[in-house]
Amino acid sequence: MSLTPSNYNIVPLIKREGILSVLEKGSRIDGRKFTDFRSLSITQGYAKKAEGSAMVRLGDTAVLAGVKMKEDVPFPDTPDQGNFIVNVELLPLAYETFEPGPPDENAVELSRVVDRGLRDSKAIDLKRLCLVPGKKVWTIWIDIDVLDYGGNVLDASMLAAVAALYDAFLPKVEINGEEVKIIKEEKGERVPMNYPVVSVTVAKLDKFFLVDPELEEETIADTRLSISYLEDGRIVGIQKFGSGTLTTQELDAVESIARASTSRLFEELKKVITRPEGGVTQ
Amino acid sequence: MLTLQVQKPKLILEDGRRTDGRRPDEMRPIKMEVGILKNANGSAIVEMGKTKVLTAVYGPREMHPRHLALPDRAVMRVRYHMTPFSTDDRKNPSLSRREIEISKVIREALEAAVLAETFPRTTIDVFSEVLQADAGTRLVALMSASLAVADAGIPMRDLIAGVAVGKADGTLVLDLNEEEDMWGEADMPIAMMPSLSQVTLLQLNGNFTPEEFRAAIQLASKGIEELYKLQKETLTSKYSAYKEVN
Repeated sequence: MSLTPSNYNIVPLIKREGILSVLEKGSRIDGRKFTDFRSLSITQGYAKKAEGSAMVRLGDTAVLAGVKMKEDVPFPDTPDQGNFIVNVELLPLAYETFEPGPPDENAVELSRVVDRGLRDSKAIDLKRLCLVPGKKVWTIWIDIDVLDYGGNVLDASMLAAVAALYDAFLPKVEINGEEVKIIKEEKGERVPMNYPVVSVTVAKLDKFFLVDPELEEETIADTRLSISYLEDGRIVGIQKFGSGTLTTQELDAVESIARASTSRLFEELKKVITRPEGGVTQ
Repeated sequence: MLTLQVQKPKLILEDGRRTDGRRPDEMRPIKMEVGILKNANGSAIVEMGKTKVLTAVYGPREMHPRHLALPDRAVMRVRYHMTPFSTDDRKNPSLSRREIEISKVIREALEAAVLAETFPRTTIDVFSEVLQADAGTRLVALMSASLAVADAGIPMRDLIAGVAVGKADGTLVLDLNEEEDMWGEADMPIAMMPSLSQVTLLQLNGNFTPEEFRAAIQLASKGIEELYKLQKETLTSKYSAYKEVN
């Protein structure tokens, strides 16, 4: 059952008025322009036991993604494709109201939005995760841990997932007919990536549209719209968060704002995923 | 072994019609009824083609456990659930991750419409049960929920009507059927409070160019107007009968 949250963090009215009065002057509480992302750093290989990993810091938000894989049988309707599974954990260490336990609706929603962004964009070449058609494929687990909850966790999670996937190697395999030998200790091929995908979140706060909301902006926002994009501007996923509303004209405006903000993210991603020895498809 | 159709069927036929004979901008036949359950404070059933969802509303009523009540408004509790026999293969009755997400987006959409601040310290419980699943269940659930809340006499800003727009073989189509949902290139459920022109639910599965996205919203708006008209007729036809008795 989904219920109106009661333990959500509270922003005092006076703070809200403060945030709005700064917005009226054309700036944000942290000095950013409405369309700016916060400072962003992406570090690959942060968790060495994972087959691929990436730490993403976006302002005060910190997210760590790790990629693991295991051999599996394919789904009957896609015998020649591998699988992937995304799981986001809102860890109790990330925020004062978070508690241990199975993923709540927010974590489930985040997982599913990241999953759809990766799936519908066809960013991962699932056909190349097939070892023996109909018999054996790779399942890739993309686990995303939210370590510090500082607003806009979705965009950070998407960046972390993509960077971790580009960082990841499959174990070495020797295939002899239907005989598959997996040598876990040795690195095989890179996880087959077609291209990167990014998510851009825009918060609607009063009459303002704010890209990459930080925690307080996000808390008092009427609603948020997150749109996933490929580099050519194609939309590969949308999710509206929160109980506020938007007019169709506002949807138009938000989409244009979000699309214009993707270039910075692709630029930052490419700094880490384009490496001479890497199997990056450009 | 189960035989599965792995080949994508043709979704738009030579005559420009869809696999079920509809034009791209045509919705499936719709049926709505309110007040069909005795115990619930409000109830509604909505059918769209072969999709059928029943919703009951209990409340506003006292909140248990009490510490979850809010001092300035009613808490909304929403459960979207599919009966095990609503799908081709039996669905496990425990709540899936998909159902958890859909419960959340329906709750958020409803909260935009319900005047929850009228009933502080209470709860309004909305239970949607999918009886037949054949694409578009979240929107049919949301429409039946908004009708059931209205039937319970809870004040609202507006009713909520919603429909999915998708892309099948490159053509924008209104109100996806199951084949288009499965094999199409995009599925965008969108719900609005039509009188206020406010979008309360929006998701996209698949891919759209920015131009297609804008065209899809236009196409959805047309369908939503039609659904909204039907929702209002459903409510007035029930309540105008009471008026005559007096």
